[in-house]
Order: sequence, then structure tokens, then C-alpha cells
Amino acid sequence: MSEVNLVEAPPGIEGSGFFATSMDKVVGLARSHSLWPLPFATSCCGIEFMATMGSHYDFARFGSERPSFSPRQADLLMVMGTIAKKMGPVLKQVYLQMAEPRWVIAVGACASSGGIFDTYSVMQGIDEIIPVDVYVPGCPPRPEAIIDGFNKIQELVKNESLRRRDSPEYKELLQRYGIQ
Amino acid sequence: MGKLNNQQVIQSITAAFGGKISVPTEPYGLLTFETSAENISEVLRFLKEDKVLRFNYLTDITGIHYPEQERSFGVIYHIHSLSNNIRVRIKVFLDGDTPHVPSATTLWEGANWMERETYDFFGIIFDGHPNLARILNVDEMEVFPMRREHPLEDPNRVDKKDYFFGR
Repeated sequence: MSEVNLVEAPPGIEGSGFFATSMDKVVGLARSHSLWPLPFATSCCGIEFMATMGSHYDFARFGSERPSFSPRQADLLMVMGTIAKKMGPVLKQVYLQMAEPRWVIAVGACASSGGIFDTYSVMQGIDEIIPVDVYVPGCPPRPEAIIDGFNKIQELVKNESLRRRDSPEYKELLQRYGIQ
Repeated sequence: MGKLNNQQVIQSITAAFGGKISVPTEPYGLLTFETSAENISEVLRFLKEDKVLRFNYLTDITGIHYPEQERSFGVIYHIHSLSNNIRVRIKVFLDGDTPHVPSATTLWEGANWMERETYDFFGIIFDGHPNLARILNVDEMEVFPMRREHPLEDPNRVDKKDYFFGR
């Protein structure tokens, strides 16, 4: 008896020899179980992410077998750690180099809000420069929390309309960040 | 195993400079005195090049801001005589909003980055420095963040507003 579990099929119409569903759902299903994350780790949350990636928590079982260290092939930008204002343009450049569709997760208090570093040199949350899909609280968050945040991203990916990235709302969102 | 003690250093520098330096004190055993921006280069050169003292190592240059003082900006030099195992701290207090002090890069190459850092955080101009640009903060920064009038907390921070805490 195999112990491999397959994901459940999306809702659709099933008959003998055929299964019909919408394109959105199939694409979403495929994407959500093959998200290639780009770890942008700058401090202690990055250490927690290393534990998350390691064999004990085994991040790869969610389809993130391949952390992408090039933004060109990444789907998910994971920002983990304090982002100094000097690092801001670097982070934005990395985000711009990612191809659509792209998602962003802010892991930990610093990436989400600046955390304890309420000072002149630290960015008060990465959402000042790039749009963020999911925030993971914690200082630093435990690997379980990072996995939970990742699962939230998977839900977003699964349910995203194929045309969302062409919508005027999405374009307006990018416009607000000065991204074309 | 010190070969020189504070008293011997005090004797040498008062013999050489007399009224140009303040009366040396020894808080926590560290020989400390003040001098002025006009004399600082000469004092440093003397301490470095004197055959006996040989304060050849520049440990640190840093700044300080006391807004309540008339001469509100200070530059502090820590120098170390490796061969005599003794240290000296020299303070220079400066006038005005754009204080000037001569650069120590002519004596120690290592002063370059220390002076850039002091400029970056306090806006103290080191005359004669080869490249007095910001070193740690973003180039676009318009303020000198360690000056006391600069607010410590970032004004863009929203999650610490009072109404989130029922205040």
C-alpha cells in the first residue's frame, strides 16, 4: 500500500473517462504545490527559516523543494529579517526582477513592521517599498509559524484568478509602489 | 607591563604644550585631556612622533553632541602606545552648527573611515579629509542622526500609535 498522498482534485464535473473543471483551478493547484521560494534572509528569522528548510520541518514537502537563489525563476519572495533603509533598494530590485505571478511573504516582526528597531536606519516594514501578501508574526517566528504563513500563501495561489494580475486594481497597487 | 605611567605622559605633554591643553584628568585610570581645534593636529603629531611616548596606534575617533553646552559638538580621539602599553583620550569641543576640525588622515590612514563615520552621524567637517562622504547611512539622508535634535523613532511608524492601545 503506497503512503503517497495526492492532492484532492478541484471541484468539477466527473464522468466515465473525463473530468472537467476550470483552468483557474488547475493552474492554481499546480502552482500552489510548486512554489519556488527565494529566501531573502538578513537576520535571526533567516536562522529559523534554515530550521524550516532542514530535514526536521522539511519545507520541501509543500512543493518548495527548490529554493531559488535567482529571482528570475522564483515565485515567492520570503523576506526574513530586519531590512535597513540601505537594503531597501536591493530588496526592491530583487522584487522587480521576479517574473509575474509573484508573491511576497514578510516573516517576523522586523520585515512586517520594523519590529524593535524603531529608528532612523531601519525600514518600518517592507510594505513601504513592495506589496506583501502574507505577514508572519513573531520575533522570530517558530518554523511552524513560517510553514503556516506559507500554507496561507498556497491558499492565495490556489484561489487566485488567472486574470488578477491584469486587473486595474492590481495595476493600481503596483502603481502605488512606483512599479510599472 | 607598562613601561610608562600616566604621570610621565602628563609631564611630557605639559612640557610641550602647557597652556594649549586642559589640566589632564584620569577617570577610571584613563588619561584624558581637552585641547582646541587649532592645536589638535600638533598634539596628535607630537604624541605619535615623540621618541619616548610613541602613541603610534589610533584606536578610535568618535563624536558627541551636548546641545546645552556653548561648544556643543565634540570629537574624541583614543590613541594607544603599543610599545609603552598606555592609552590617552583627547577631546576637542567645537563651535557652531557646521563644526570644523582638521583631519587626522595625514597622521593615520586609519582615520579615514572613522572620520567619515563621525561626519555621517554628527555632521562634523574634517578639513583635509580626502573623501568626506557618508559611510554607513544611505547617501540620500539629509540629517545627521546622532544629533540630539533628530528624533530617535521613525515618523513613518504606524503600529505604535496611541489609539491602538486605547490611549
